[in-house]
Amino acid sequence: MTAPFALANPRNAAVAALLVMLALLPLYTALTGNTFVMTLFTRVLILAIAAGSLNLIMGYGGMVSFGHAVYLGLGGYAIGILAKEGINAGLLQWPVAIAVSALFALVVGALSLRTRGVYFIMITLAFAQMVYYVAIGLERYGGDDGLTIRSRSTFGMVDLNNKTLFYYLCFAILIANIYLIARLVNSRFGLVIQGVRSNERRMRAIGFAVFRYKLVCFVIAGALCGLAGALLANHTNFISPAMMFWTRSGDLMVMVVLGGLATPFGPLIGTVTFLLLEEALSRVTEYPGLFLGPALLLVAIYLHGGIEGLLARRAR
Amino acid sequence: MLYFIEQLLNGVQLGMLLFLLAAGLTLIFGIMDLVNLAHGSLYMLGAYFAATFAALTDSFVLGALLALAATFVCGVVLEVIAIRPLYGRNHLDHVLGTFGLLLFFNELVRLVWGPAGMTLSLPSQMLTAVEILPGVYYPAYRLVIIAATLAVAALLYILVMRTRLGMLIRAGASNREMVGALGVNIKLLYTLVFGLGAALAGFAGLMQAPILTVQIGMGENILILAFVVIIIGGIGSIRGAFVAAIIVGLIDTIGRAFLPDLLRAALSTNAALTLAPSLSSMSIYMLMAAILVFRPEGLFPAANK
Amino acid sequence: MTTPLLQIDGLTKRFGGVIASDTITLDIPAGEFHAVIGPNGAGKTTLTGLLAGEIEPDGGRVHFDGRDITALSVDRRSHLGLARSFQITSLFHDFTALDNVALAVQAHSGHSFRFWHDARHDRHLREPAQAALDRVGLGGRARMRVDALSHGEHRQLEIAMTLATQPRLLLLDEPMAGMGADESARMVAMLRALKGNVTVVLIEHDMEAVFALADRITVLVYGRVIASGEPAAIRADAAVREAYLGEQEATRG
Repeated sequence: MTAPFALANPRNAAVAALLVMLALLPLYTALTGNTFVMTLFTRVLILAIAAGSLNLIMGYGGMVSFGHAVYLGLGGYAIGILAKEGINAGLLQWPVAIAVSALFALVVGALSLRTRGVYFIMITLAFAQMVYYVAIGLERYGGDDGLTIRSRSTFGMVDLNNKTLFYYLCFAILIANIYLIARLVNSRFGLVIQGVRSNERRMRAIGFAVFRYKLVCFVIAGALCGLAGALLANHTNFISPAMMFWTRSGDLMVMVVLGGLATPFGPLIGTVTFLLLEEALSRVTEYPGLFLGPALLLVAIYLHGGIEGLLARRAR
Repeated sequence: MLYFIEQLLNGVQLGMLLFLLAAGLTLIFGIMDLVNLAHGSLYMLGAYFAATFAALTDSFVLGALLALAATFVCGVVLEVIAIRPLYGRNHLDHVLGTFGLLLFFNELVRLVWGPAGMTLSLPSQMLTAVEILPGVYYPAYRLVIIAATLAVAALLYILVMRTRLGMLIRAGASNREMVGALGVNIKLLYTLVFGLGAALAGFAGLMQAPILTVQIGMGENILILAFVVIIIGGIGSIRGAFVAAIIVGLIDTIGRAFLPDLLRAALSTNAALTLAPSLSSMSIYMLMAAILVFRPEGLFPAANK
Repeated sequence: MTTPLLQIDGLTKRFGGVIASDTITLDIPAGEFHAVIGPNGAGKTTLTGLLAGEIEPDGGRVHFDGRDITALSVDRRSHLGLARSFQITSLFHDFTALDNVALAVQAHSGHSFRFWHDARHDRHLREPAQAALDRVGLGGRARMRVDALSHGEHRQLEIAMTLATQPRLLLLDEPMAGMGADESARMVAMLRALKGNVTVVLIEHDMEAVFALADRITVLVYGRVIASGEPAAIRADAAVREAYLGEQEATRG
């Protein structure tokens, strides 16, 4: 992915077009008054950040985590709980959201990263569900019904209630996220992570203490997703256990795979595709799962490398 | 005391159901190396089929038998059409593919049976309470579940340890290529194993239907418990699944029943009430975490691999 | 009398009822080129696994440079200077040859908790990697992806990766398996160039190579050492001949 960015390349052209479209979207909303589109795409941006963090561990690192949505929940609940207790300052809330997510990732990672692949999938799933059940039990913070957050995080003069401002904030964080991860995966640390995905046995043989690198990567991904959770809670002004129900983790995995594993813009492409598809299907049919389900199966069987892979192949 | 015995038996009963699910999952994983998220869907289908057939035939037993057969057939068809292309793939493909199947089945059930769920009623004899100890009563049907599952466990043991199919299963679990090289029809073996797993899941689903639930998505929650059972028991081990299932069933049930009271005694009422349900639902995950620290391969790790 | 670089003392490993390694005892002085041979099923692979740290022994000890490494992990052994190549090549297939070797260099260049700079443009990693590739004759193929290389080139890459970790002892597991005559000759020449500079434990089937290179040879049969000594002595050993009955290479010059 360090190839020069040539616009003639269909994959790069598609990505560029997408980015331009996203950047100009609020303009469209201002002109047409269609705020639904901006709301939908704010969600797209936030989930793309989450998908990007999953791509880091799963796409580049080969760690198939089936509990990644838990960080959306942890980040969101950090915001919600602090807000309920009267703490609205973003500069307090957001670091807590990130720290809690990172800490949880540290514990889960420490327990599960030494296990074989399949165990890892099940364990991450199980711990995520555990948090889900804990959240349901928290009556004070809404329990099963969830909790409305009356005011968004405050950052001094910056008013996050301004939807356009919030959209661009999410967009900026997404771009920063993509850039940082792209640098990370080509750094010494990133090459270790990729090497572990490629051939863990050989990595040990040449002298890498594999576990500590996987753990740090896992924590970074958890922290980034926790940030996405904080954004999500602000976006919807609402937190509920459903944010981290395991099917949400499944959705994130689909977004990453659909877009193309281990590519810088794959998560964004996948998230856009998945959410638009979901939106379109739910308008067309009362039973979107009847089509989405088999489509996923077909993707799993035939579409190696996801959509970005398809575009990249045409570029060659 | 009576309450404790009742909860103890409930725990064993939950453990039995978990065993049925975990056994199928661990067999399928041990032999085909496949992570199957749609296993809970077969559990759900078993329940729905039983409710439907029992209503049609006006007999619980007949309905159950038909449901078992139908679930087995569904399992076989599913294996041939959707699961076969996934063999040999990496686990992410398995997870995605079977996740798609899970979504599909939830939606299919909603289409065919509607969103409301169903009920399955028992013949009146089964509803009576049986005196199992002087002064201790327990619903007959729940005893039936325990007994039936033990019977299935025994049959499974005989199948795996004493029959030719069982030998192939055990051989396939430790060395897939070898079994194929021996000229055994691997495809058929895999289909049968998958069908067996489906039947076990369907059996669990239909058995719990009268007392617990028949609704969309019922498979997901118990599937995760089944995963926890497998992790604790050791992937590929049926014996491990049995022991772990009982442990998990007991801890979960007794935890939920007694932890709130224990916590209330230790803490102030409000805090206890807030935390108690959360903490008791966490107990099995704490156990899983402990196993991961002290014995990550599980209690009874399968020999090879 | 200096301590041998590698001291294997009563190393034993059982798999179920089968004894794969039976109280293997062996001393290898620094600088020696030592070959381990034996018929199939002799336990050579198990020995490799035990020495590399992938398999835990049931009994016995291993000392490296005077230090007990029996309980040491694979990666820690690599840092002590014990490098191992794989019989079935174990490479990073989605990377280039240079990337592969650079990773080996990186593993021995301090910690890798560096998150920002592009490691593929790091001279300190790329230059030693290129040098290792040149040493094995793959210099010109550095930028090729591994899956575009031939089988023989994979084996050369295997060696390059072990050399890049600046080892004191090379544990080579059948590096010539599946090679044609030309490639074998090249490999032998390259291995000969290593003699004296680094201690080598060569596990091999190719008798020509073994007798051409080894200072001493150990023969394993059913997990036990049945003979150990200089090539001439091994060739003359009755027990070894019996073990290799029908094996023509042992009787050829």
